[in-house]
Amino acid sequence: MSNGILTLVYDIPAMDMISAGEASSNVKKKLKQLGVNPLIVKKVSISMYEAEMNAVIHANGGSATVNIGTDEIVIIIEDRGPGIENIDLAMKEGYSTASDEVRQMGFGAGMGLPNIKKNSDSLNIESEIGKGTRLEIAIKFTS
Amino acid sequence: MTTYYHSVTLDDSKCKGCTNCIKKCPTEAIRVRKGKARITNERCIDCGECIRVCPYHAKKAITDKMEALGGYQYKIALPAPTLYGQFPSRYDRKAILGALKAQGFDEVFEVARGAEIVTEAVKKILMKRDCPKPLISSACPAVVRFIQVRFPALIDNLVKIDSPMEVSAMLARKRAAEQTGIRKDDIGVFFISPCAAKATSVKTSYERYSSNVNGVLSMADIYLGIVRDMESKKYDKVLIQAGIEGLRWAGSGGESLSLQAESYLSVDGIHNVAKILEDIENEKLGDIEFVEALSCTGGCLGGPLTVENGFVAAARLRKHLEQSRYMERAEKRMDYSEVDLVWQKKIEHKPVLKLDENLQEALRKMGELESINDKLPGLDCGACGAPSCRALAEDIVRGKSHETDCIFKLREKVRDLAIQMMELEGKMPPVMDDSSNGEEDLKK
Repeated sequence: MSNGILTLVYDIPAMDMISAGEASSNVKKKLKQLGVNPLIVKKVSISMYEAEMNAVIHANGGSATVNIGTDEIVIIIEDRGPGIENIDLAMKEGYSTASDEVRQMGFGAGMGLPNIKKNSDSLNIESEIGKGTRLEIAIKFTS
Repeated sequence: MTTYYHSVTLDDSKCKGCTNCIKKCPTEAIRVRKGKARITNERCIDCGECIRVCPYHAKKAITDKMEALGGYQYKIALPAPTLYGQFPSRYDRKAILGALKAQGFDEVFEVARGAEIVTEAVKKILMKRDCPKPLISSACPAVVRFIQVRFPALIDNLVKIDSPMEVSAMLARKRAAEQTGIRKDDIGVFFISPCAAKATSVKTSYERYSSNVNGVLSMADIYLGIVRDMESKKYDKVLIQAGIEGLRWAGSGGESLSLQAESYLSVDGIHNVAKILEDIENEKLGDIEFVEALSCTGGCLGGPLTVENGFVAAARLRKHLEQSRYMERAEKRMDYSEVDLVWQKKIEHKPVLKLDENLQEALRKMGELESINDKLPGLDCGACGAPSCRALAEDIVRGKSHETDCIFKLREKVRDLAIQMMELEGKMPPVMDDSSNGEEDLKK
């Protein structure tokens, strides 16, 4: 912890459906303890859960770094996945490049990124084909 | 600040200060201090997990005694449908209700009748377009309080309609006053309860300015009297009125079946409930229309103030359900307004888990909590009196505990001290030191 910012780091394991979602659930618990407005907590947990699951299912796992300050929370999810070819397309509801196999598991409906966007104040995506994707999600505490 | 009244309390003389209850509490409300369990009242949701798990029966629910009936001219018993599952199958519902009445009441009004009315009211909410999804049942007061403490974002999803107990009490009093001419204040309405949480609902209501119920009697307390009178046939049979829709509220899934919701989920056991509420909060259950969440395993049939094992009670209730399958709903007379059923008070978030009022200070405490937690052994042994290492770390940052309350930390400190002592013991003041290296050095 430095400059009044609390940093939490989580490992996101690939294709591990047992522990999938643990990082976002843990962050949610902490925000409640910090006394953050319940509606903000909800936005954080929904968007972080989506991003976390993306990393688990589509992107070979990765890590989550969460910075909690007094006015906002910034969640950075970095994965080791295939990267996103066209970010603008990926932001469209219903657009997905997921394989049939992934869809059969109930994922890949193309709602993840739009849902993160909807629940956050800013979303920044950097992606490199063959290397991975970095999502930076910011949610303000006052709104 | 007024102190929050709630039902679950400790019998100091029976408590051995073990760790069974602190481990089971879903809100981490219990700590062991000076050899006795201490409940933080504001955190307690009266689920009764501690009552169930305590091997010494040191946890109890405060309920009213039979003497409370004395203050009223006309007394009405309000049995929860769970009561029917408490007795061997040879007793039918008429006998059970008759023997209940014989315990000193003038009238018996089945709470299952209120449950039928609530069922209809909830059906109407489900049909509304702006109904939150999923709608969460408020039938279990422990679950409602759990949401207030741990899942405040879900307050909007709760059914804000009076409980079957309140509706039944309202109608029973109103009709008794009309029929007998006795003043409403002279009519005593007593709920026969399977749980502690209901007793709290009557004394400290979250939904009404004051409860329609005058007292709550424990099912376990009244049980023997009923059995005795049934055995000796000392009762007049009472007309049964409630149908299956109301009766099956006693068990897990019963309310949902009566509602005939398109898609529903029923969950019981407070720790299972926590997982489902977590999922709802993460918007993972948007395809579910109605969630019935009950704190006790098996629903109210598994309540801490029941006598019969919940699974046995469920089997016994089945017979009563079967017999009432073709009975019509008791309440066809709408001599009440639907508005009367809506909660009077807005229920609020109880932020008792918050580390500090000030976010910056809370963040600092959270950082400290993390670093303390990292240094604790992680065994969650409970020997410090807190349910887990993390809970101890939390108590430390709240200024309620010390690091040395952990026996492993204490041992570590003692060992460090012993090593330091040994080192110091080896050191000799030069005037007493006969190995006197210094002098030899000088000779060279």
